[in-house]
Amino acid sequence: MAPQVFVYVAHRGGQAADPALELLSAARVLSPNGPVIAVAAGHGAGLDQVCRDMAGRCLEVWKLSNEALAYPNAEAIRKCVTGVLPSGAVLLLAHDTLGMDLGPGLSIKLDSPFVSDVVAMDPPQDGVLKLVREEYGGQVSTHLSCDISGGAVLSIRSGAFPASEETAVGEVRDKSPDIGDLSCGRRFIKIVGAEAGDVDITKEEILVSVGRGIEDEDNIEIAEDLAKALGGVVSCSRPIVDAKWLEKPRQVGTSGKTVKPKVYLALGISGSFQHLGGLKGNPFIVAVNKNPKAPIFQVADVGVVDDLLEFVPLLTEIIDNH
Amino acid sequence: MEILVCVKKVPDPAENEIAVRRDGSDIDRDDLVYSVNEWDNYAVEEAIQLVEEHGGSVTVVSVGDEESDEIIRRELAMGADAGKLLDDEAFHYSDGRGVAAILAHAARQAQYDLILTGAQAEDAAAQVGGMLAAMLDLPYASLVVRVEVKEGDKLEIAREIDGGNLEINEIDLPCALSIQTGINEPRYVGIRGIRKTASVEVPVLGAAELGLDPGTVGRAGAKVRKLDYFVPELGQGAEILQGSREEIADQLIARLRGRGVIQ
Ligand SMILES: Cc1cc2nc3c(=O)[nH]c(=O)nc-3n(C[C@H](O)[C@H](O)[C@H](O)COP(=O)(O)OP(=O)(O)OC[C@H]3O[C@@H](n4cnc5c(N)ncnc54)[C@H](O)[C@@H]3O)c2cc1C
Repeated sequence: MAPQVFVYVAHRGGQAADPALELLSAARVLSPNGPVIAVAAGHGAGLDQVCRDMAGRCLEVWKLSNEALAYPNAEAIRKCVTGVLPSGAVLLLAHDTLGMDLGPGLSIKLDSPFVSDVVAMDPPQDGVLKLVREEYGGQVSTHLSCDISGGAVLSIRSGAFPASEETAVGEVRDKSPDIGDLSCGRRFIKIVGAEAGDVDITKEEILVSVGRGIEDEDNIEIAEDLAKALGGVVSCSRPIVDAKWLEKPRQVGTSGKTVKPKVYLALGISGSFQHLGGLKGNPFIVAVNKNPKAPIFQVADVGVVDDLLEFVPLLTEIIDNH
Repeated sequence: MEILVCVKKVPDPAENEIAVRRDGSDIDRDDLVYSVNEWDNYAVEEAIQLVEEHGGSVTVVSVGDEESDEIIRRELAMGADAGKLLDDEAFHYSDGRGVAAILAHAARQAQYDLILTGAQAEDAAAQVGGMLAAMLDLPYASLVVRVEVKEGDKLEIAREIDGGNLEINEIDLPCALSIQTGINEPRYVGIRGIRKTASVEVPVLGAAELGLDPGTVGRAGAKVRKLDYFVPELGQGAEILQGSREEIADQLIARLRGRGVIQ
């Protein structure tokens, strides 16, 4: 029997977040012909709008409206979803900052297995699902099996499944009366916007980006020299900001800036999905990495397998001498 | 404030190229350099700083093997007060839920005001912190990049969400938090510092000491099982430039010129 499949639809400003349609595609792997139910929690007109939109995509939308859900506080969402889902439900959510907050605890409260950051899966056989995850920043992958016969919570990597193109004439069912007490020990206060920096890397056409492979703060100069020679600016991966070698506004990635340069030079960057998530607009990517198996080479156009500390100064010198 | 920090030994991503064993049963662990999971190290530093400011103590706990003792001692050298190693044959091949259950039993052995984990590990799934909190019925927040102690047994915390925006929350103590990198600057510990902890006793606790039914963890309890490791088929992949360093630089310049980057 196909499991009862639900997708959790995160939303903002009356619009479903991008992964919603990808989650619907992923749900189709689990339930090729059966119904998929979208679940949206929130409060007010924005929630109503999202529910109406999702009803154009799947046959059933469960609306969970409550003042305590006006901001997506995972603690409150967890209580509310646990309260309304039937036993044996398989719930898909996005592996993002909300999904990471919500998924693991939810699986415990639903007494279901949890698999995070799923990049692929095969249709279930006899209640057992075979999935693919990555480890070590994408250097290797694993196959996992998960018994979903009693339900499951799965978080899905953004971009791993295509956006669903299905349309439907669905129905919004207001499940709000079934929501119990949502008071919890964590309360949302406010959002503080990311700081602005001296340069705006989102507007640059040439980015010379450094990662942990730069090894030392003093070596950042190597990238600055190349950037100067090319007329670009220096950006970086998260560990460089964590180490306080460059300012946060220079960070490319899901928790940094989304950039759309014409040319992106990735120096000593392994190519994690959180980093690549900030790279848009199909730039020409040059990767310099001493590990020939670094995942960055899968997305780069041109690769140089070398020690960047040797190669980059030489490159800069040749460009300068032209 | 009594703080429990959960840490894990992982192959150090900065030091290793990870490859798969020929039979796919595991990654190739010969010659791997291990270290404490990067996220966990930030969590320990945060705990130490909180205790330095507000008093209390830091206990470091790890589900692991004998060699995890070294990781615990490293965190003791940083300034943690006590360590516990949770090791038992019955724990092997636990899934995330199993690991969280083992940690939950350790957490129940004392009264902790705050439990910290790393937000994720290189070889795992960003799940143990949230599961542990739910098992212990503690309020939880993930991806925390700032912690401030407030009046009335509360913390004000910042979670880092998309685009580097910060989500500020208030959370009641006791609670559990998973820590994101960059929250602080972990202090350096040298080999000598670690050696000095040699006399500290790090108890090893198994299922019996934790009062844990061995059938609920390890391979027996796992609903999620790892079948094999593999390296995915590469797509088109990059054009890897070949030749001497100079030749490669020249080729790259030619490519960049073709794109109008260099005049
Ligand atoms: C919620 C969340 C959000 C995140 N957001 C972001 C984000 O916005 N941006 C981001 O970048 N990361 C982000 N991360 C972190 C991400 O998961 C990776 O840890 C990070 O991208 C790795 O950075 P890196 O590639 O520089 O380092 P590593 O993965 O350590 O890679 C370093 C690379 O350098 C190579 N190298 C080493 N020495 C040399 C040398 N001398 N010459 C040439 N190559 C060398 C190595 O082979 C390796 O491939 C996030 C993580 C989480 C959990």
